Amino acid sequence: MRTIEEINEKIRLGKAVVVTAEEMINIVKEKGVERAAKEVDVVTTGTFGIMCSSGIYFNIGHTKPRIKLGGGKVYLNGVPAYAAYAAVDLFLGATALPDDDPRNKYYPGDFTYGGGHVIEDLVAGKEIRITAQAYGTDCYPRRFLDAYITINDINEAVLFNIRNAYQNYNVAVNSSNRVLYTYLGVLKPKYGNANYSSAGQLSPLLNDPYYRTIGIGTRIFLGGGIGYVAWHGTQHNPSVERTERGIPKGGAGTLAVIGDLKQMNAKWLRGVSMKGYGVSLAVGIGVPIPILDEEMAFYTSVSDEDILAPVVDYATAYPNRESDVITYVSYKELKSGYIELFGKKVPTSPLSSYSKAKEIAETLKSWIKEGKFFLTSPSAPLPGVESGIKFKPFSGREILEEVEKK
Amino acid sequence: MKTERIVLHFPKELADKPVVVNLVKKFNLDFNILKATITPDEEGLMVLELSGEDDNFKKGIEYLKDLGVEIQPLSQDVVWLEDKCVHCGYCVSYCPTKALYREDYLVRFDSQKCTACGICVELCPYNAMEIKIFV
Repeated sequence: MRTIEEINEKIRLGKAVVVTAEEMINIVKEKGVERAAKEVDVVTTGTFGIMCSSGIYFNIGHTKPRIKLGGGKVYLNGVPAYAAYAAVDLFLGATALPDDDPRNKYYPGDFTYGGGHVIEDLVAGKEIRITAQAYGTDCYPRRFLDAYITINDINEAVLFNIRNAYQNYNVAVNSSNRVLYTYLGVLKPKYGNANYSSAGQLSPLLNDPYYRTIGIGTRIFLGGGIGYVAWHGTQHNPSVERTERGIPKGGAGTLAVIGDLKQMNAKWLRGVSMKGYGVSLAVGIGVPIPILDEEMAFYTSVSDEDILAPVVDYATAYPNRESDVITYVSYKELKSGYIELFGKKVPTSPLSSYSKAKEIAETLKSWIKEGKFFLTSPSAPLPGVESGIKFKPFSGREILEEVEKK
Repeated sequence: MKTERIVLHFPKELADKPVVVNLVKKFNLDFNILKATITPDEEGLMVLELSGEDDNFKKGIEYLKDLGVEIQPLSQDVVWLEDKCVHCGYCVSYCPTKALYREDYLVRFDSQKCTACGICVELCPYNAMEIKIFV
């Protein structure tokens, strides 16, 4: 029906018809797939949630005299960074914690500051204190560094998240008699609440369930700036059970995304403290989906009632890696504030912000309409169902077993 | 008839004296203690829901003030930092008095309904709720 080049030409002329994934639901309902596909060029998606597999790498420039941080130790506001590149390249993951954070020794821990917060502070332009120890070489004689840096002082600063934008996710409940502190929030005993984390009908990969248009090189909204899909994310698992319209009935596809941190905004990259669990980073992502044909119009018309999420017990099944699913509930039910479980009304809590997801989809829409953002054809597709890729559990040879045998 | 939630700061010298009981004895007021604590420097802090006839209510408050008890309305002590809030709505189902609620997909805070239990302060991943009675 139309190619990406044709869509970009329309964007250039200011004639592209762009709607959000939420708006697309009603357009398809009212006009049907055929007419919707004819009229709409692009559907924008969005999601804003806690995405732990996020991090940044950056280059601080060479000190005088030079220091080789590789093989040494580096802290940013007290949070350890990964220094095992060359001299002055660093990586910082969202879940890093200061060495002296009590963690869960004082249970449940507060986790007030960590990697995610350093990333937020850096993006916000705040001064970050870097303290480093190195071992010194003939060419890099310096052994210590204690200084303040800002995002403007450093060279490249890149957000590189190895797993984001999960295509669907678990709903967490707790069958036990005690409160549980999890990455899906605080779970009250005896199925006291149910927590979920997905933008549902606005979520990028739920609007392109078989990865027909989202692939390596796809240009996206990332953290308030422009980023790209770098690869499929870790734990990418396309071969899960799907509904009739192709929607995975649980965590499936994921994205690895990359972008220039200097263009981004602390509004869309927020440090997060999860009580009893740890620190993380909330990330805003939006992906434009070209309506190439009727099939894409149909996929992007997915609504919360079509998307089912598995309810999983985080007291037993999840920690023990058992695959038991209590039941499936739709995002329509989840967003109503209650689900029904064992004949009982259970209140639900989202961890993903739907209003922010909407704001992202709207922002991306206006970027495209104003001719500031063009669509891309993927350089290579993400592995799909046909790839046979399955997310394997740990299968290393554990040493503990051998000790037990002896 | 008047009902209000208030925060009382007791000076050191009052920490071991009966005070609140006199609100009942002398002024016929009802109270419900929502929170009571003594800080390391022995200053006492109490969150009360106080109710009674308007006139008695006024006299009870005067009595406390004359003793040197500092009084703040409770709503001053819990703050929703809207610019930090991402409106995820995570807090809403935990709030026991529905002071935190949702309007469409936006979080709202009705400080008059808040009992300063502090659950939201502990839970909010974005530190968007602040409670000041602990300061």
